Amino acid sequence: MLLIKCPWCGERAETEFSCGGEAGITRPANPDSLTDAEWADYLFMRKNPRGAHAELWNHSLGCRRWFGVERDTVTYRIAKTYKLSPGKTD
Amino acid sequence: MKYSAFSLLRNALSHNRGWREAWRSPEPKKKYDVIIVGGGGHGLATAYYLAKEHGVRNIAVLEKGWIGGGNTGRNTTIVRSNYLWTEASLLYEKSMQLWEGLSQDLNYNVMFSQRGVYNLGHTLQDMRDIERRVNANRLNGIDAEVVSAAELRKSIPYLNTSPDARYPIIGASLQRRAGVARHDAVAWGFARAADKLGVDIIEQCEVTGINRAGGRATGVETTRGTIEADKIGVVVAGHASVLASMAELRLPVESHPLQAYVSEPLKPVLDTVIMSNAVHGYISQSDKGELVIGAGIDAYTGYGQRGSFPTIEHAMQAILELFPVFSRVRMLRMWGGIVDVCPDACPIISKTPVDGLYFNCGWGTGGFKATPGSGWVFAHTIAEDRPHELNEAFDLKRFETGALIDEHGAAAVAH
Repeated sequence: MLLIKCPWCGERAETEFSCGGEAGITRPANPDSLTDAEWADYLFMRKNPRGAHAELWNHSLGCRRWFGVERDTVTYRIAKTYKLSPGKTD
Repeated sequence: MKYSAFSLLRNALSHNRGWREAWRSPEPKKKYDVIIVGGGGHGLATAYYLAKEHGVRNIAVLEKGWIGGGNTGRNTTIVRSNYLWTEASLLYEKSMQLWEGLSQDLNYNVMFSQRGVYNLGHTLQDMRDIERRVNANRLNGIDAEVVSAAELRKSIPYLNTSPDARYPIIGASLQRRAGVARHDAVAWGFARAADKLGVDIIEQCEVTGINRAGGRATGVETTRGTIEADKIGVVVAGHASVLASMAELRLPVESHPLQAYVSEPLKPVLDTVIMSNAVHGYISQSDKGELVIGAGIDAYTGYGQRGSFPTIEHAMQAILELFPVFSRVRMLRMWGGIVDVCPDACPIISKTPVDGLYFNCGWGTGGFKATPGSGWVFAHTIAEDRPHELNEAFDLKRFETGALIDEHGAAAVAH
């Protein structure tokens, strides 16, 4: 069981959270100007790294706020959790 | 040595000292016509069909661990072809047809047992979806039928078909040709058969880089040195993104642990395969008597071949909802395999922007059933440098064109 530190609520069991996937994916400001390949890259392509991973989590059964997590995808060790700056996704 | 009743008898009479290794352990050569990265079932099947159907003789399969140590030996062994969409169902049905002759073809008993697979419906909407899928399957020439709760009660006596159940079972779809196969034997059988056709199976050989020159793949760097190749097929399941990044490609997959569990061995209690979307679990009984149980993927991405505790609890809840009688069965083992899940829950069997580099990935939670078919179409794709009509729709380009094949939820089990 992962113990995840919500930046607002403190350490809670993983069952209170939902994982929102890779951090730092920003919706393109002007989708109409993108090629199909660029749009597909934004929509579907993921880093999916083996090792350090920056991701977004939501404290869905708690305060319901989003925050950032740095987690290792092999050891599952969480290096840190942090509040997101307004308008930022990483 | 050809395996037969006669060879069994002869070896029994000579105290079983005459058995030889099932495949060689050769040193890697400097250069191959085709290198397959990944010695799982799909990779070995690809090499086998490349040699058998396309006459390619100079092939190596590179496996970072040992044969049968990855997802091929980490699944719940279910084989079925009752997918909803035509593209998917025809691909899985090709695989089913190969399964039906596989033991004879490989001269290796893969213990393919067509004991039927039931997909349960717990709500009216489940039953509508089941009827739609059964009709779609039949239009594609795939056997499928709808069965009622009364029929289920008769054929699977321990299944909780009480209307008072928390999630009452209303009916099910049944594919009678579906079933299970012995997963290790599939890996070993393909390895042995490929080896017999001259394929070099090189274990303990991890690929660390993909060499390219002028937009073309030229070989791989490995922990056992540089190996050149005209063509490289990558079939590494959960590690597809890691290999793709070596060639600066991006894939639309995310890797998750998928767990499976076996119980202590019991006397025969379950002679078929039961899957339920609504409570999300699936169960069969192995020939050794263990209950083989599977459920959903872990909620977050991961490469650790172990699962999370909440997922174990969820799987057990699901099985006990279906079979309260198993509440005192003790679980024996659990393990995790890393599955690469695609946004549309369908595989990618495709050429890539790099010439001579091919990827077969994204099978997600359902790759085992496709082992022979996946190898068969991937071998065609590599040999001919173009997809077979069965895997044309499973191109990487579909994420640009939008022609996704949405089997999430449609494919008889939630992903």
